[in-house]
Amino acid sequence: MNNLFVFCELDEGKPVDVSLELLTKGRSLANTLGCNLEAVVLGSGIEGIEKELFPYGTDVVHLADDPVLEHYRTMPYTSVITGLLRQEQPQIALMGATTTGRDLGPRVSSALHSGLTADCTGLEIGDHYVKKTDTTYKNLLYQIRPAFGGNIIATIINPDHRPQMATVREGVMKKEIVNRNYRGELKKINVSDFIKPEDLAVEIIERHMEARRVDIKSAQIIVSGGYGMGSRENFNMLYELAAVLGGEVAASRAAVDAGFAGHERQVGQTGVTVRPKLYIACGISGQIQHTAGMSQSGKIIAINNDAMAPINSMADYVINGDVAEIIPKLIKHYKANAR
Amino acid sequence: MKGIKIVVLAKQVPDTRNVGPDAMKADGTVNRSVLPAIFNPEDLNALEQALRIRDQYEGSTVTVLTMGPGRAAEIIREGLYRGADDGVLLTDRAFAGSDTLATSYALTLAIRRLEPDLVLGGRQAIDGDTAQVGPQIAEKLGWPQVTYAEEMHFENDRLVVRRRLERGVETVSAPLPLVVTVNGTAPACRYRNARLVMKYKYARTDTELQAENADYIAGSRPLVRITEWGTEAVGADTEQLGLSGSPTKVKEIDNVILQSKEAKQLTASDRDIEALVRELLESHTIG
Repeated sequence: MNNLFVFCELDEGKPVDVSLELLTKGRSLANTLGCNLEAVVLGSGIEGIEKELFPYGTDVVHLADDPVLEHYRTMPYTSVITGLLRQEQPQIALMGATTTGRDLGPRVSSALHSGLTADCTGLEIGDHYVKKTDTTYKNLLYQIRPAFGGNIIATIINPDHRPQMATVREGVMKKEIVNRNYRGELKKINVSDFIKPEDLAVEIIERHMEARRVDIKSAQIIVSGGYGMGSRENFNMLYELAAVLGGEVAASRAAVDAGFAGHERQVGQTGVTVRPKLYIACGISGQIQHTAGMSQSGKIIAINNDAMAPINSMADYVINGDVAEIIPKLIKHYKANAR
Repeated sequence: MKGIKIVVLAKQVPDTRNVGPDAMKADGTVNRSVLPAIFNPEDLNALEQALRIRDQYEGSTVTVLTMGPGRAAEIIREGLYRGADDGVLLTDRAFAGSDTLATSYALTLAIRRLEPDLVLGGRQAIDGDTAQVGPQIAEKLGWPQVTYAEEMHFENDRLVVRRRLERGVETVSAPLPLVVTVNGTAPACRYRNARLVMKYKYARTDTELQAENADYIAGSRPLVRITEWGTEAVGADTEQLGLSGSPTKVKEIDNVILQSKEAKQLTASDRDIEALVRELLESHTIG
């Protein structure tokens, strides 16, 4: 009882990354709290899926396998999850801030009258003291998220309502297998206990899913490369930095024209306009055509060996030197200092 | 098909997309008072969808519903200028400090009183980006919901909606009554109509009329009244509103410090780069 629950979303029968990232985070939070980590997974013909979840340290997998759950639909999923959470009374329930999680989460929180914090960038356990009543709440979930267009960072808590619910975007937490042989318990959900006929009112007529596309527009952190990167191979270190920081790789037109990156990554007048929190311009001189598409970035770091590059005048930080030397150092120091 | 009664949920929000240099205080924090207050962008996409349905099915009406301070009457007028039929401002001191759940409770009560067939709202508001209020209302009403809508039309008595998802599109069909949240990828809202601007320029709430010498305006201008509801009008339990009625509490706020653009010059040394990484972590830019 009062364990930590993670909703595991499936995409074509496979757990999506953000769910595995949340299991990883959930495992460490559950260790702090001294409770179990439990996963909830819904779908159709998904026998055996629990084997993919146990290695992340999942103690219990609740499995609902039924044809009506084949594709995500708000109401049947809400009914199953709400019913299960009412029965199991977890203290924390987490889900990915995907189009599914952001549709489902608020619906469940409204049904259970529990608070939900969207798009958290950090989750921690901590206490909270209320002076007025001289009460200390122990072991609350700190839900840390940017708000107000990213201009403030708020720490949200739910002192009095359970479960404490939060959604987290993909790539924010890291995914890590704890033990390949970790064995948990499988509990099957009897779907007909929870789903009512009126839950099936909305019908899916057609689904058309595309291969995952690059989406630099919604990235909060962009690592961008220019002609100064020198080659397509040298772009690999940009991908590495972006992956570590949870960002995306972009490129200037000169780099795209030179074949270092695809057009879908091009930032600028003839590419995409981006407004990330952080824009790291590597080997980019900063022609207007490029800066038009990124000048509204929150912070700009320019890395190049040209002290006169126009990009330097709009940057918050200019690192003068060789990109190939600086990027690995950024990765190294980030890994050493990030929590 | 008979006329459809539509409620459009709209929110007045600070324009967080335009945080310019003048929006910064000396201590580097955001000066909210100088940010313009605007009609939440995706709520305008929702309004356009509502107007299209209204124009197609005779007898349909579009009511803009907003919850906020007295000033939020501005966006009801904006809705009227663009074609809405009327508006309701849900305003009360008791609403202040409500989180998404308490907000959805208050709006649900107002919607019940309006008895619409269809509730449309933007996917999310730019000041919170939570996308929670629409689904939370749908749950409280016990209605189905369709989120991320970018195109919709009726087929018989069901609304067929194309949803924009991360990796593609999904088309669903849903019965009324229904809550739909509309994506920014849906068609933009029509502009203000000059005739409607003339008609509704002096549309006022009772509170506004009291504040600005009502007799003069009533005597000299055509007057349209904007409905104003408080907690009593919708029968709200004040325990479920405001800070005390909100399950989520803000424990702490850290400002992201934005600096003026004077570049810090760094070298490729480990010392410089580690200092930079630490600074970015501390300001929550990364991590």
